[in-house]
Amino acid sequence: MIRKGAWVRIRKTVLNPEERAENIPEETRKVPLFLWTKGYLLEDAEIGSEVKIKTPTGRIEAGTLLEENPAFRHDYGPFVPEILKIREIVREELAGDE
Amino acid sequence: MNRYKELMARRNEIMKKAVRLDYDSYEFKAIGFDYERMMADTGYGLEEVRRIQAASGVGGTPLKELRNITALARKFAKPGCGARIFIKDEALNDSGSFKARRAALSCYHAKRLGYPGVITATSGNYGAAVASQAAKLGLKCIVVQECYDSKGIGQPEIIEKARACEAYGAEVVQLSVGPELFYTFLLLLEETGYFNASLYTPYAIQGIETLGWEIVHDSLRVAGKLPKAVVVTNAGGGNLTGTARGLRIATDEKIEVIAASVNLAGLHMASDIDFNRKSFTTGHTGFGMPFMTNPDRSDVPRSAARPLRYMDRYVTVNQGEVFFVTEMLASLEGIERGPAGNTSLAAAFALAQEYSQDDMIVVQETEYTGAGKHHQAQLAFAKTMGIDVRFGDPEEEIPGKSIVLPDSAGKIRAREYDLDRARRSLIRNATQRADFLTADDLDFLAAEVNRDREYVQEVLREINKKWEEN
Repeated sequence: MIRKGAWVRIRKTVLNPEERAENIPEETRKVPLFLWTKGYLLEDAEIGSEVKIKTPTGRIEAGTLLEENPAFRHDYGPFVPEILKIREIVREELAGDE
Repeated sequence: MNRYKELMARRNEIMKKAVRLDYDSYEFKAIGFDYERMMADTGYGLEEVRRIQAASGVGGTPLKELRNITALARKFAKPGCGARIFIKDEALNDSGSFKARRAALSCYHAKRLGYPGVITATSGNYGAAVASQAAKLGLKCIVVQECYDSKGIGQPEIIEKARACEAYGAEVVQLSVGPELFYTFLLLLEETGYFNASLYTPYAIQGIETLGWEIVHDSLRVAGKLPKAVVVTNAGGGNLTGTARGLRIATDEKIEVIAASVNLAGLHMASDIDFNRKSFTTGHTGFGMPFMTNPDRSDVPRSAARPLRYMDRYVTVNQGEVFFVTEMLASLEGIERGPAGNTSLAAAFALAQEYSQDDMIVVQETEYTGAGKHHQAQLAFAKTMGIDVRFGDPEEEIPGKSIVLPDSAGKIRAREYDLDRARRSLIRNATQRADFLTADDLDFLAAEVNRDREYVQEVLREINKKWEEN
């Protein structure tokens, strides 16, 4: 149970596949257009249920409850050793005796 | 009629309330519109824009000489060639990019007109820029982003930009892939009555004129001369348009304006699959080409970004080359910046080799970097998506399949795009719905493509369009 007033993230379906624009690629037209946003939960609710939230601008938005206190999980990803090689190339080429 | 079509039919009415600019009053004859009058009617002069920006943490960024990168470029240039490369460090604006210039004037104007808030549709740095300026002015702010594919997998750099918007107190509305983002955007404008802080209003373009103006004055102060060329990362065309206009305000001398985009040929911008197979979400040909040849495809009735009026050359670079120079900038110059903003730097590295060592060229932007929005993060993400990341000749790169990092800085190339094709394409697009053109329309088209009336007539003859002689 997530309590009323918690900071949450929701997802809603904006357009179903049959409502999507014409002239878009088939792979896009066969999936719904989804929307994600965050706000304060207006009533106690379970994850996965339909809820209403109040967003930071004061709008009321409805959708499926996804998570409480949504974290920023993006990072620098697994180390990319190719970057070390770029560093070697540019340093060696700059120092090189042409 | 479904709800999508019903709302789209009311787009002009919604837009009029959201920008309070009577676009119809600038229309004339069959297809023409008075671009310069629209720009002048904002009532803001360059000095006033500079004052507004200075008061809000924007502008006056340093112009830095990239001595080591210049020295490296000269290793691959003909004797006596290799212009000095300078970079305008726009990452130092509040919110971390040149977009703060556009946002500063847009938000100032929204506040002056009494709007309670601002909305912007952007997956780029402009979101954080508007959020930052709105925070200063006490305006509410909504940023609408295209961020995820339908499985909920997000582009790392867009997720980071969302975090930045939230850090400035904005509401971020994120969408899966598709041009119907505009539908949600219109719904939000209608619901809130906020100002449309579009990237394409006259305010958003005039905000960048200060950047061109500063480049002229910084160059004279720092190098004692004017640059031969300014290299501009090009997507929607606003950066190039505003910068070029600012250069012209500051000097009558000819400075070449060179557009640069990341080549994403073959990837469809509205594809749910292609979305996460690219490593650049802005500054690429997927925006650059269509917006250049059809500028009014933007989110306002008439775009103030009209790059073909100002562009002298258009070059493309590959994804691997931009990641390479991003690392080069960090490891040779000690300046760590976001990759997308370095598109013009990659091009400049190759272009500098065409000019004499006495010349200078200016790369007119950088952007902030951080988790997600970093060459390490984006190369890692590309690998996760099954993209083949390897060293070799960048010519072999296939967007969506491979990222080829040059195995020597000497393999970085700026590939010329034939602007004549773009000019013809613009004329075709602009005259699509007109059977008969007046002499004024011809002059409008000539200005649109920066050519004379004879050039326009020649193209019109080819596509069987009629016009009045006078």
